[in-house]
Amino acid sequence: MLELVVISTLNGILFGMLLFLMASGLTVIFSMLGVLNFAHASFYMLGAFFGFQVSRWFGFWPALLIAPLLAGIIGAGVERFGLRRVHRNGHVAELLFTFGLAFAIEEVVQIIWGKSPVDFRVPASLDFPAFTIFSTNYPAYKMFMLLVSIGIFLALLLVLKRTRVGMIVQAALTHPHMVGHLGHNVGRIFMMVFGVGTALAAVAGVIAGPALVTQSNMAGLLGPILFVVVVVGGLGSLPGAFIASLLIGLVQTFAVSMNGSLSEVFGPMHPPGWPISGTSLSRRSRRSCPMCCWC
Amino acid sequence: MSDITARAAPPPPTAADNLKFYGLWAAVAIFLLVLPKVFGSGGALTTFSLIGISIIFALSYNILLGQTGMLSFGHAVYYGLGGFLVIHAINIIGGNKWAIPLPLVPLIGGLTGLAFAILLGWVSTQRSGTAFAMISLGVAELVASSALILRTFFGGEAGISANRTKLLSVFGWNFGPQIQIYYLVAAWTLICMIAMYALTRTPLGRMCNAVRDNPERVQFVGYDPHVVRYIAFCFSGFFAGIAGSLAAINFEIANSAYLGAVQSGTVLFAAYIGGIGFFIGPIVGAIFVTLLSLGLSDLTHVWQLYFGLFFIVVVMYAPGGITGLLMMHRPLIRGGTLGRVLPSYLVALVPTLALMIGLMLGIESIVHYTMNPMEDPNVKAFGIPFNAANPVTWAVALVLIVGGFSIARMTWKRAAVAWDEALTTARAKELAA
Repeated sequence: MLELVVISTLNGILFGMLLFLMASGLTVIFSMLGVLNFAHASFYMLGAFFGFQVSRWFGFWPALLIAPLLAGIIGAGVERFGLRRVHRNGHVAELLFTFGLAFAIEEVVQIIWGKSPVDFRVPASLDFPAFTIFSTNYPAYKMFMLLVSIGIFLALLLVLKRTRVGMIVQAALTHPHMVGHLGHNVGRIFMMVFGVGTALAAVAGVIAGPALVTQSNMAGLLGPILFVVVVVGGLGSLPGAFIASLLIGLVQTFAVSMNGSLSEVFGPMHPPGWPISGTSLSRRSRRSCPMCCWC
Repeated sequence: MSDITARAAPPPPTAADNLKFYGLWAAVAIFLLVLPKVFGSGGALTTFSLIGISIIFALSYNILLGQTGMLSFGHAVYYGLGGFLVIHAINIIGGNKWAIPLPLVPLIGGLTGLAFAILLGWVSTQRSGTAFAMISLGVAELVASSALILRTFFGGEAGISANRTKLLSVFGWNFGPQIQIYYLVAAWTLICMIAMYALTRTPLGRMCNAVRDNPERVQFVGYDPHVVRYIAFCFSGFFAGIAGSLAAINFEIANSAYLGAVQSGTVLFAAYIGGIGFFIGPIVGAIFVTLLSLGLSDLTHVWQLYFGLFFIVVVMYAPGGITGLLMMHRPLIRGGTLGRVLPSYLVALVPTLALMIGLMLGIESIVHYTMNPMEDPNVKAFGIPFNAANPVTWAVALVLIVGGFSIARMTWKRAAVAWDEALTTARAKELAA
């Protein structure tokens, strides 16, 4: 039991930090545009697929840098040439634009990489057990994922709270007109924020790609969870998104790992002769869970 | 007081207006009756039935989005639940030999949609805007996943099927052949269109528009926007249920795809592409999207990509949809200045077509390389044969895309200026008259 708790906590924190990498961009973009970006999970997927392709050509480490850059540039382009134009037509049009974009990105990914999962492997330099805990080998790659997400989280915090750029961004989110009057190019700030937000989602995609399944439906699987995180954390609130990410990460990991043991706990109370319905349920929830290969 | 209301009320319609109005509906009815006589093949009848179902569904969606300003991402829930209930109902009625004919069965689906809208709507419609969109998305996820878990009712991934011919036959119709299903769908489409049009004319319909435009003002006038939204939501669920049950009767099966996100997305696309600002918009959109999806899927493998791109273009450049674009020219026709804008449209059409052809060439070549690189590079898309391995093809595609885009941008700006001038002249004429 203790083993389960420790491993699940580790996995939960890891999943939570990954969620935060995406949710942070999404929630900041929400406070900027006033609408939820439906295509945000698509940029996570683009990151994973770019990472896969670039790591095939140049190796994993360049991919970790190039893929988010590419996705960020695409994201900035989407803001500059798409959303800024649609903004004039109101919130519904913006929401629909991102909805259509998510649809189109999924189609493009399916055309280029196909519908079946691609073979995105953990790099050889990280493919060893980091430590053994209760006779379970904990992979080094997961520790690497955890470190990367925590590192980016701290860097983001520092940039937003301690630097001049961060101050201007924060001001532009709440008082864009005033910031514009002070001589800053608000349009460019928004474009950069959008680019950085999508790049962060792409980082999550690159590092999660080898551990999870890199497939063209990964955006569709993760999207709803991401919305839940952002809504639970309070729309537009960065600290809220952090807490909600960890919470959802832990809840989901525990729910999945506890699922099998529930029927054992209640086994003796089960009336004899009744069909055991728990098994088919747990198998189904395991399949629809985006973290399927972790449990 | 009564003096003011008398003056504020619109003048009663003249006999000519009445004739025009009822004549239009009569013309639609005659059109629906005659249609299978002109196109009588089985494929055409199936297409017409699908279009009819799609029209009801898109119109019911527009009660939410166009008329009350609620963007729903989960409208297929009511469509799908209506469909499932109807399949169960057909099985039960057929099994017990109850005297309920098939034409009345869609009402069961409608009432199912209504019941679930009553159940789920009160919470969803508390607020409009993003909150409503998110709640509708959540409800859709919930229902779609329970459709896979509750196997006895939803039949799992295979779905459940029924035999529609087992029911009581009326006037010798047992609803086996597609032509009888066509007339069933056509009749229900006409009834639903009239009912939903009538709904927009009632005080409730007007209050829905007011809630969409300015909910705060509605509160000042003494209405509760939440209640107005809730009632609109219930009506919308009812008509969505009818559409779903007609679909279930047409296919004689209901599966989890009826409730899924794709179905919700399709109706949103149809309503928005047609134009949510006018009653006729979703009808146009439903016809267009159904024909497009049926036609494109024959022509190319990746029709969904074209569909998505088309939707993005509509959202970006024509937020009023197809109907919105057409309605922009109504004052020009009235002012007699339509002839002035047409030449500039024709000029703009040439580079736009070039851009589209370039995009298609590029996309189809890429598709050929990624999907089946081993096969013959002489592929055929949209009936046009070309060589995907030839660098000339690539160069032509690139030139068409870049050149077409830049020239199209210029010419469409000109067209917009021409439209502006034509409108100004038309208005001046109207004032002078």
